[in-house]
Amino acid sequence: MPHPLFTAEHEMLRRSIRSFVEKEITPHVAAWEDEGRIPLEVWRRLGELGFLGLEFPTEYGGGGADFLASVVLGEEMARCRSGGVAFSVLVHTDMSSPWLTRFGTDAQKAKYLPGIIRGETVCALGITEPGTGSDMAALATRAVRDGHVYRITGGKIFITNGVYGDLYFVAARTGAGTATRRHDGISMFLVERGLPGFTVSRKLDKMGMRASDTAELAFEDCPVPAENLLGVEGRGFQQLAAGLQRERLMAAVLALSGAQQAVDDTVSYLHQRTAFGEPLAARQVLRHRVADMATELEAARQLVYRAASLYAAAEECVTEVSMAKLFATEAANRVAYQAVQLHGGYGYMREFPVEGFFRDVRLWTIASGTSEVMREIIAKRLLT
Amino acid sequence: MKILVAIKQVPDTATQVKIAGDGRSIETAGITWIVSPYDEFAVEEALRIKEKRGQGEVVAVTLGPERAKEALRSCLAMGADRAIHVNDPAFNDADTLTTARALAAVVKQEQPGLVLVGRQAIDDDMGAVGGQLAEVLGWPCAYWIMEETIDADGQTVKAARQVEGGLEVFDVPLPAVLAAQKGLNEPRYPTLKGIMGAKKKEIKDVKAGDLGLGADAPQLSITKLEALPPRPPGRIIDGDIATAVKELVRSLREDAKAI
Repeated sequence: MPHPLFTAEHEMLRRSIRSFVEKEITPHVAAWEDEGRIPLEVWRRLGELGFLGLEFPTEYGGGGADFLASVVLGEEMARCRSGGVAFSVLVHTDMSSPWLTRFGTDAQKAKYLPGIIRGETVCALGITEPGTGSDMAALATRAVRDGHVYRITGGKIFITNGVYGDLYFVAARTGAGTATRRHDGISMFLVERGLPGFTVSRKLDKMGMRASDTAELAFEDCPVPAENLLGVEGRGFQQLAAGLQRERLMAAVLALSGAQQAVDDTVSYLHQRTAFGEPLAARQVLRHRVADMATELEAARQLVYRAASLYAAAEECVTEVSMAKLFATEAANRVAYQAVQLHGGYGYMREFPVEGFFRDVRLWTIASGTSEVMREIIAKRLLT
Repeated sequence: MKILVAIKQVPDTATQVKIAGDGRSIETAGITWIVSPYDEFAVEEALRIKEKRGQGEVVAVTLGPERAKEALRSCLAMGADRAIHVNDPAFNDADTLTTARALAAVVKQEQPGLVLVGRQAIDDDMGAVGGQLAEVLGWPCAYWIMEETIDADGQTVKAARQVEGGLEVFDVPLPAVLAAQKGLNEPRYPTLKGIMGAKKKEIKDVKAGDLGLGADAPQLSITKLEALPPRPPGRIIDGDIATAVKELVRSLREDAKAI
């Protein structure tokens, strides 16, 4: 039964994306995991089908749909059995480009959105630095106004889509914060690939999410046109904070849906595999373990859907989103552990998808706000 | 050219089919329903014909319960212009001929230049409705279509059907019924735009009375469904090679009657 959160149109979109994923994504994920990237044609194909612009305004070629359509995209992409493919696509659609629709000028939107929606301009988000993760106020990359440009100098790390991306949403300091307002003075810029002084210094080698490319970036006196300042100078942190709930919700959606796929894969394995004269699916100790995994995911799903419905209705939802992100990503990791365990030796082999999921899902208690930061946010709101 | 596509809503291919308590139908709880895949080829071909000719109309039609509307909605999302739902409890036990007669009545009202169907529905695999529909209408019919080209004035369709080892090519005068085989095309995925647009398209409900049909008792009805017997366990034949081979041959001949 479809969840009441979704309309008949959402469910039709789900079938469409699922069918596309089964036919055109899943058969190739092993190759893309090895190559460490998604082929450009796949971005174009996703664009052609309208999946990269679900929520974007129709005047730029988007679909004008609601947030729950993006949840459907996240859920169905996460079932492709490569966390990296889903991650790359959702970084593009939900964890970077929405800042453009939210804070961009008409000229910026007209210039970049059509390409983003068509899958010709792949987006990356450049916030994290070698010395700055959760503590965004500590970022050291600087942007100095120089006539018609801002000159950016500094470095970024762990940038998804960063090696082969086209448009980077980069946070840099344009002014100093104060003792009481450390986060002031940060600004956001739209930085195009190929600008002088902007280089991909390293392609990073990761535990999982291997089909998504991850970069370390270096900026040296990189001249970014002043018209590429995104939003208000010095208000970058507040702008970023406004988009964080979407990013965290999407992280929870991806972890949860990937975990559901791992449970489904585990159930079919338990039916196929025989030991001591009967299928593993007949053994009570394993059946009960599956019951626990499914129950835990169902609990996580209720939290995620609840937070998603609040976010979709533009209600205050920081606590709910933080709880959903915390619980769903931790639960997904517990499920991944059991999915591998129930597969026995095969669960440790690369050819079984739960092995990949086990490595991929490890990221989700770290990226988009660690579990520790989520607890801190929740605690702050409970204990003042 | 107006093209009518007759489709059927069937359980998803991944469904684990269970026989219901009455012993003659399947358990429908929890089933995900889809447009039968061969019918999707038919819808796609109709859309391509319309696009190629630069004009025309694609009308999807189905006979089925209320839930079958969802299948029509999928056809509309793919790009069909409107849909007709033969939705009447009188047809609850319709066999293929009753279905074909109802569809023929729709065809007579709609007057399409071509009817496309899938070569069979993937649930009961009868593969009969298209042929019976053509028979009732007195139209030519070709099954297992892999290619088709309609001439410029819309009088004839050159249709290639799959046969063992090759293609059989016919010039079929229109109107006609063509039944799509896998390979005819690659059906498109409904886009968000198509899905949102489908909401505004018409699905007309018609009853037996609207088609001038009475409630004929079906000539064919299912008396019983049986599950396949579980596969018997394998057997390992011990002993030295010469004896074991002899025993294997004997067993294949006498027990399994395979040779």
